Amino acid sequence: MQPTDIQNPDYFHKVVDCQWACPSHTPVPEYIRLIAAGRYDDAYMVNWKSNVFPGVLGRTCDRPCEPACRRGRVEEEPVAICRLKRVAADYKSEDIARRVALGRAASNGKRIACVGAGPASLTVARDLAPSGYEVVVYDSAPKGGGFIRSQIPKFRLPESVIDEEIGYITDLGVQTRYGTYVPSLKALLDEGYDAVFVGSGAPRGRDLDVPGRAEAAANVHIGIDWLNSVSFGHVSTIGRRVIVLGGGNTAMDCCRSARRLGGEEVTVVVRSGFEEMKASPWEKQDAMNEDIPILNFMVPKTVEHEGGRLTGMTFEKVKAVYDDKGRRSLVPTGEADEFIACDDVLVAIGQENAFPWIERDIGIEFGRWDMPKVDEVTFQSTNSRVFFGGDAAFGPKNIIWAVAHGHQAAISIDLLCRGGDLRARPEPTTTLVSQKMGIHEWSYDNEVAIDLRFKVPHLEKSKALASIADEVELGFDPVLAFKEAQRCLNCDVQTVFAPKLCIECDACVDICPVDCITFTEDGEEAELRTRLQAPATNLSQDLYISHGLKTGRIMAKDEDVCLHCGLCAERCPTGAWDMKRFLIDLAQVTPIVAVEKEGVAA
Amino acid sequence: MTYLPKPKLAHPDLPKNALGFTRRDYEGPISTLCAGCGHDSISAAIVRACFELDLPPHRIAKLSGIGCSSKTPTYFLGNSHGFNSVHGRMPSVLTGANLANRELLYLGVSGDGDSASIGFGQFSHSMRRGVNMTYIVENNGVYGLTKGQFSATADRGAKNKRGVANLDEAIDMVSIAIQLGATYVARSFSGDKDQLVPLIKGAMQHTGAAFIDCISPCVAFNNHDGSTKSFDYVREHNEAVNFLDVITGRDEITVDYAPGTTEVVRQHNGSLLKLRKLADDYEVTDRVAAMDFLEVRKARGEIVTGLLYVDPDAEDMHGYMQTHDTPFNAMGDDELVPGAAVLAKLNASLR
Repeated sequence: MQPTDIQNPDYFHKVVDCQWACPSHTPVPEYIRLIAAGRYDDAYMVNWKSNVFPGVLGRTCDRPCEPACRRGRVEEEPVAICRLKRVAADYKSEDIARRVALGRAASNGKRIACVGAGPASLTVARDLAPSGYEVVVYDSAPKGGGFIRSQIPKFRLPESVIDEEIGYITDLGVQTRYGTYVPSLKALLDEGYDAVFVGSGAPRGRDLDVPGRAEAAANVHIGIDWLNSVSFGHVSTIGRRVIVLGGGNTAMDCCRSARRLGGEEVTVVVRSGFEEMKASPWEKQDAMNEDIPILNFMVPKTVEHEGGRLTGMTFEKVKAVYDDKGRRSLVPTGEADEFIACDDVLVAIGQENAFPWIERDIGIEFGRWDMPKVDEVTFQSTNSRVFFGGDAAFGPKNIIWAVAHGHQAAISIDLLCRGGDLRARPEPTTTLVSQKMGIHEWSYDNEVAIDLRFKVPHLEKSKALASIADEVELGFDPVLAFKEAQRCLNCDVQTVFAPKLCIECDACVDICPVDCITFTEDGEEAELRTRLQAPATNLSQDLYISHGLKTGRIMAKDEDVCLHCGLCAERCPTGAWDMKRFLIDLAQVTPIVAVEKEGVAA
Repeated sequence: MTYLPKPKLAHPDLPKNALGFTRRDYEGPISTLCAGCGHDSISAAIVRACFELDLPPHRIAKLSGIGCSSKTPTYFLGNSHGFNSVHGRMPSVLTGANLANRELLYLGVSGDGDSASIGFGQFSHSMRRGVNMTYIVENNGVYGLTKGQFSATADRGAKNKRGVANLDEAIDMVSIAIQLGATYVARSFSGDKDQLVPLIKGAMQHTGAAFIDCISPCVAFNNHDGSTKSFDYVREHNEAVNFLDVITGRDEITVDYAPGTTEVVRQHNGSLLKLRKLADDYEVTDRVAAMDFLEVRKARGEIVTGLLYVDPDAEDMHGYMQTHDTPFNAMGDDELVPGAAVLAKLNASLR
């Protein structure tokens, strides 16, 4: 095998599974160490720099980091990364206001419009405004936040958190035009903006098309519209018996909101299997904990009504059948249809993009499903001045994706305004520094132990179900947060091997608790993976290969379940192994010095 | 030395043996020896050998004397019996224990100081008596605990860390063991576990005195240029005569080997030693030839390793002495303390 090129920033970045999985590449182990050290402000700034909405995301993120977490591969459950992020937001000091006030360069004369005040647009605004751009954010809603405000129920995300974190952005000198619907992109472009960023989301909820739907319309609601009405206080009650259709996170928000607005018998019904539901596992669990059954393999057949008054719904029972190509189809089981009585139906079976306000003759090409053609790297549309991001770009995703899109679109807009090549993306900067402090002392806590995940305390159920606005999750307190933070394996503290120093004494091989390290004859990767100390079966994890040993053998380290405990480095007599902290700083338009580089590790 | 305990977390796909144990279950507390010590590799090899032989840890007794090597039994087989004896006296304690209870597997761990100097006599007599045991000398040629003076196994002319040459002739533990009647004799190198693990397994399967001289570089005091027990020197001069595969009773030989390249030796207890020959002219069961071979190769400056001599039909001390099969701890008071009348009778018979 070719020796590993550890100069390639991607190599060690991939080892930090959580950071690699995060669309915004938040340096997770770095901020978890800061939380463990009680440095909540610094932890918040690390997050704020990278994902812009730590308080919001600490409650609502879809957590792509957690399934990737290495702790989840050596133990049952990953580190509660998301809820630790919230700790940083909950316990930060008032000094944060000063630190997020980035100041503003002199105006560069460039004007940027953002359509929609959701997370993608606001990220663009935050990245561009401090560099001297004049950014104007339009939204038809009376307040900023987009779906963060209108879709996510208050019992999951208090309004104060949204106001605070949007405030940090608007305080950077971003102009907001709330309550202003943009009816025409052409007209907006004609106002002389140098670039327009479209972050208008996927605002149309998919409707149900079954007999009886139209007749019973008064009690059949589109989920996202209904959540929006609840959020802005237009709706405050619902019937006693409620059916929620759909298996995504919106359906979970609908059913849990319904429980709080008078729904006593709330049932979620999904077409496919429970396992295939799009909702995050913890959101499903939270719903079931609130006495909401989730019925699966049931396809809506009719909406039953008596003269327009909704009485219930009939469902056809199906099962999943897979053809030889693995494609699934749902076929009726032949069992009798099931009728479920109800007073209201909430339809949360998907969202769609809608761009009625974009003229089709202004150079923006539309492709399949009437979606604009958007470059996946630059987020530029076929009109060079128009960029798309968030749900508006590639359909419904999550907040953290919108933020990632925003960062990249901001870089593109900056390059465009400065006459640069949008394809020449700025490189990340990396630091790799030894964490050795003494013969057996490391600057990070490497005492790895079996350590089960701590549960986030919840509000007592009877109280939680009594209010639409009382936050149901109480968050970790500092003591629990410290304990949970200690579960982090510090995967960003990398095992770095120097073959010239190695005397091949096997000390590292013998001590490694998870059999990562092998000294062996060279071979092809597929074959080599079978004859390591422990078979390296997780192909998504790299082998760290090093040549140049005296015996002509190679050092092969399987990164898969390495605990980053540093025992290889402690037992190495020659210092051929060292534990080095790897920080990768992905390029952004505005350089934000989140934390002083030196002496960060706890 | 490391202060942290080794994390209990293990590789999720770690194999289990017939007893349901993983290799990790045969480990002990973390080593306090110098980082990189060859002895730690030998400990790891012992752990692997016991795991692969499906040995129940509570049926093993590990005994040692004094020295770096003799500290190591703490760091492996944490659930086995252990006895850390007086300097050089491990063989006697082991012999006594073996006499009292022949049903345990006896593992003696010693060093070149413990066995070739202060305990040389003890070592010799345990070999002569054919005590059923696996006796491993972790041989680094220096007194590590007292900062690196030459030991009795240091080669004449080898240089210490300050460049001063050793003036005395070395004791070759392997030759002595063969000469004194050990019935399974091997030499290996801590830096080559592929060779060492099967040799330990073979020794544990052997009935009679099994001796392994394992060269184990001292990274602190004997791993420099001029040393003849350094990693580099041993790797350069290592001449393996064969490669051993131990086949335990229940496995069968399923592969045919080209004649002359592989030899299968069936031991008394049914275990099979499959030897892949590396030196064509080496006959592993010929004691006199083995001694000759060792002398010739030593004169050439080679370090001969591998299984050097085995007597597959060896007997042990219990056989020679025709002792009772039952261990003392399973005998009743009547048998252990037969009383004054029996003593009087015995005395009378000797008058």
